[in-house]
Amino acid sequence: MLSQVTLTVNGTQIAVPPGATVAVAIMLAGQACRTSVSGEPRGPLCGMGICFECRVAIDGKAHCRSCQVLCEEGMQVSTE
Amino acid sequence: MKTSREAGHTTTRFEVLVVGGGPAGMAAAARAAECGLRVGLVDDNFRLGGQIWRSQPDADSGAEASKWAERVFKAGVTVLYGLRVVDQPEAGILLAESSERFSELAYEKLVLATGARERFLPFPGWTLPNVMGAGGLQAIVKSGLPIDGKRVVVAGTGPLLLAVAAYLRSHGAQVPLVCEQATWGSLTRFGLALSRWPAKVIQGLQLRRDLTGTRFAANSWPLTAHGQQALESVTITRAGRTETIACDYLACGFHLVPNIELPRLLGCTATNGYVTVDDFQQTTIPSIFCAGEPTSIGGVELAIIEGQIAGLAVAGRAAEARLLFGKRERARRFARLLDRTFQLRSELSKLPSAETIICRCEDVLYSRLRKHTSWRAAKLHTRCGMGPCQGRVCGPATQFLFNWNPDSVRPPVFPARIETMAAVTGQLEPSAAK
Repeated sequence: MLSQVTLTVNGTQIAVPPGATVAVAIMLAGQACRTSVSGEPRGPLCGMGICFECRVAIDGKAHCRSCQVLCEEGMQVSTE
Repeated sequence: MKTSREAGHTTTRFEVLVVGGGPAGMAAAARAAECGLRVGLVDDNFRLGGQIWRSQPDADSGAEASKWAERVFKAGVTVLYGLRVVDQPEAGILLAESSERFSELAYEKLVLATGARERFLPFPGWTLPNVMGAGGLQAIVKSGLPIDGKRVVVAGTGPLLLAVAAYLRSHGAQVPLVCEQATWGSLTRFGLALSRWPAKVIQGLQLRRDLTGTRFAANSWPLTAHGQQALESVTITRAGRTETIACDYLACGFHLVPNIELPRLLGCTATNGYVTVDDFQQTTIPSIFCAGEPTSIGGVELAIIEGQIAGLAVAGRAAEARLLFGKRERARRFARLLDRTFQLRSELSKLPSAETIICRCEDVLYSRLRKHTSWRAAKLHTRCGMGPCQGRVCGPATQFLFNWNPDSVRPPVFPARIETMAAVTGQLEPSAAK
């Protein structure tokens, strides 16, 4: 098993421990997950997949709830 | 067990299907399967345990959680992870989707153990990144966020606050303050009443030891979170005085609200926000049972008892189920005590300013909402509650702020892909939808 999983968040590489969710990677990268309809930065709120504040695009697929997805090697995450 | 249908999805048939893999769902599935029934357990997460026992079981919850997980697997329950139920296209069939596909789950008897979520209340600054739920921050830390050396203010109401503060401290966080909105009077009555549940007193004393050095304030709540791109500090009120505290995170939750969207979609009657059940946890729909937080917010112990009763009841083991009624009544008394102790004070409804966002999905301001007289009118005019969370966050908030009642529930209960919904309407072949 890899000791670190490396993925990119908006093109920047970030290494996280195995088992970390994408929400954690985004927070470690110091980024907001999405910009709200009035332009505010937003990050995770509920941590359990109901609030949809942490939604991002993962490998091109939009609106993924990043707190519910485990990081995988080489994953490409872009914030919304 | 599986019958292939058109390309892209399958129908899986179960005698008993349990929705929700937390304590109530695990107990229900294990008991029903131990009676020889073919049982399926479906959960949105990657692991069993629900929110309370989520991943990394710690010393306190580990034994109980792994005991039930072992029973689930030993009894031969089919566990379906990463699947979220979105609709019931016809009686006896649920439609569920994962990130890749959708499936139909057919059942003879259904046990709904959909759990609860945190109640969030709006105040200026609550939408800033790093203002999170109390359970929310704990969940993110459990899923890998390092919290060592970070300063966290914990605020809101309910027994979860102390547990979260202790958990964060044990992972290296500094927790300068826990703000509990309840009065010292009601907390004292809670403490005295707890003597009837010795195990809970021991848990409480343990928490107190873990929290040496953290200030605990009653009559205290957040007024404003400050920051530019993310949280920098929070102003709280405490016994009538205000105080601003620099922090990296604000972990803020106001107790729990039951997840009753799916039960309501399926036609189960709910009263005062909770699913109505009889002695055997049977809802007003005879083939559907409900256990755990959706019937009353009572915690793990009550959830496990109710789950077991439901699991036995669907297997027709009424006599065995009855043996648990006494324990359930005791646990329900604790649920009622929680309700009384952590009732929200009216001052909290005055926290939002005109510019405070109430609906986070659609960025609907307090000033726009207060003109309306009902949830439905507000939805139609402002789009409040019409974003992807479907009112799961702003619904309970507006219920408290404006005394609005939630509307009827419409499918899908969670945002679903068009291919999934096409399976319901039959207007689009799943294979044709890309």
